[in-house]
Amino acid sequence: MKPRPAYTVFRVVALAIVLVSLLAPLVWMVAASLKTNVDIYDTSKALAFSPTLENYGKVLQQADYVQFIGNSLWVAFAATVASLILGVPAAYSMSRFNMKKSALVVLMARVIPGVSLLVPWYYVFSNLKMVGGFGVLIVSHMFVSLPLVVYIMMGYFDSLPEELEEAALVDGLTHVGAFRRITLPLSMPGIATAGILSFIFSWNNFMFALVLSDADTKTLPVAIFDFVGYASIDWGGLMAATTVVTLPIMVIALFVQKYVVSGLTAGATKG
Amino acid sequence: MATITTSKTARGAATGPETPGWARWVDNHRKWLFAAPAMIFVAVLLVFPLAWTGYLSLTDAEGSVRAESEFVGFQNYLDVLSDTDRFWPAVGRTAAFTGVALLFEVVLGMAIALLLWRPFKGQKWVRVAILMPLVATPVAVGMMWRLIFDPNIGLANQALGWFGIGPQPWLAGQHTALPTTIFIDVWQWTPMVVLILLAGLTSLSEEPQEAARIDGASTWQRFRHVTLPLLMPTLTVAILLRGIDALKTFDILYATKGRGGGSFHEVETLNVYAYGLSFDYNEYGVSSTVLILFFLLIIGAMWALTARRKEAKR
Repeated sequence: MKPRPAYTVFRVVALAIVLVSLLAPLVWMVAASLKTNVDIYDTSKALAFSPTLENYGKVLQQADYVQFIGNSLWVAFAATVASLILGVPAAYSMSRFNMKKSALVVLMARVIPGVSLLVPWYYVFSNLKMVGGFGVLIVSHMFVSLPLVVYIMMGYFDSLPEELEEAALVDGLTHVGAFRRITLPLSMPGIATAGILSFIFSWNNFMFALVLSDADTKTLPVAIFDFVGYASIDWGGLMAATTVVTLPIMVIALFVQKYVVSGLTAGATKG
Repeated sequence: MATITTSKTARGAATGPETPGWARWVDNHRKWLFAAPAMIFVAVLLVFPLAWTGYLSLTDAEGSVRAESEFVGFQNYLDVLSDTDRFWPAVGRTAAFTGVALLFEVVLGMAIALLLWRPFKGQKWVRVAILMPLVATPVAVGMMWRLIFDPNIGLANQALGWFGIGPQPWLAGQHTALPTTIFIDVWQWTPMVVLILLAGLTSLSEEPQEAARIDGASTWQRFRHVTLPLLMPTLTVAILLRGIDALKTFDILYATKGRGGGSFHEVETLNVYAYGLSFDYNEYGVSSTVLILFFLLIIGAMWALTARRKEAKR
């Protein structure tokens, strides 16, 4: 049945409105990052301005952003790898042995407000003089990524037929061997999904780094605040800084869209 | 090599004689060996801290983390629960923020998901665009809107000017700040609801739709009596996931209004309040009390939703 033409028109218009509302703010942010502060304050130059990379120079050279980019990359990467190493086998066991209660404990980490963990952590780690180090930061970010990995991988293992492993057992492999040589290679799409999502969420995390990092280890979301003073805001620098944080992650998401979507919607349709 | 297998192994693991004893032991205990590292990690860093938060909530801990603290029983709970100055307003804001944001996100999310449901040319690109707000760093999103909503130089007031509407204070206004942050949350997270509902819609079978169409059901009737009931489990998952995160919103509130939710605490939700008590005022005892109450609120909300979900399934 063909849709009525009136609906087609309505649909095109509605989708256009949706697209503009979602993308225009982001375009505006990038545009402002290419303006001088004088142009940002001159509302008549909203769109007609001569672009400059001055703000990016400020962000990358004066403000140590290269170091903060490195910090963010390292923390997100390490937290993701560690979460995969801990989370993938755990999810496998939880899926194959139907360990619902254990899974619930891990998923609790997703429900608990971060602050309620930060207070005791801060107590312990500042007594151990570890606050400000990368170790604590990575461990804290694993609280974002580990539940994600377990949740996504449990769903993935549930969907892998057990018969494949049974066939490997008949061929003389141990259970662990079957997991390593059969299940893991087949799970690569799931692992990629879990890894990408865990990286994105760790990269975007703000609260843990706000408390647990110091001037040398702070990540990009915290470093953004360097451009917000008590009296005034350096809008150009701030928008360049926000673009530096968000643009890479949006470009990555563009290329691995399929994985991001399947990770975000994992388990949602099982009911 | 498969000739001399199974008979020796009690648990049915197909281990040949060349398999060393330790490997067999590992194999037989794989259930817990696989799960243990993650479980121990979570237990040490989650269960124990949570228990400690519970203990701190019964003490007068404040100031330095090395300072002595005294056991005060439920005094903090009495103080917090009778605090109509900061605590109860924060509860109200948390509920308002979550409720209103969820309502808009679900209604808009459902509408957009239905728009995207049937294939069309360029659908792939629209889906990519929908993903963008979702993956953007929340504090950066907060800053971005802070510029757009700036009363003097922001695009929002400029745009209102084109329609002859006067400038609004947005984030700077005492009564407009919270609705503005809700708007930002809706902008960033409606796409999440869209993606989840779209996944649900795509997995629906066509037959009930066809049957209803043949019976002469209108578009609205088909949505109301066929699509919506079938989509209910997915919708509940979306509400649950979004609800938990909305209750815990911190990043955009901190980015747009700073510490304490602004000078009049306009956007101070429970999470922002607890953060301020802990790390701006070092009132660890009181903040732990607020956190325990906040945690109970989250569990309560989840319980209510999952109970509803079970009911809906029946």
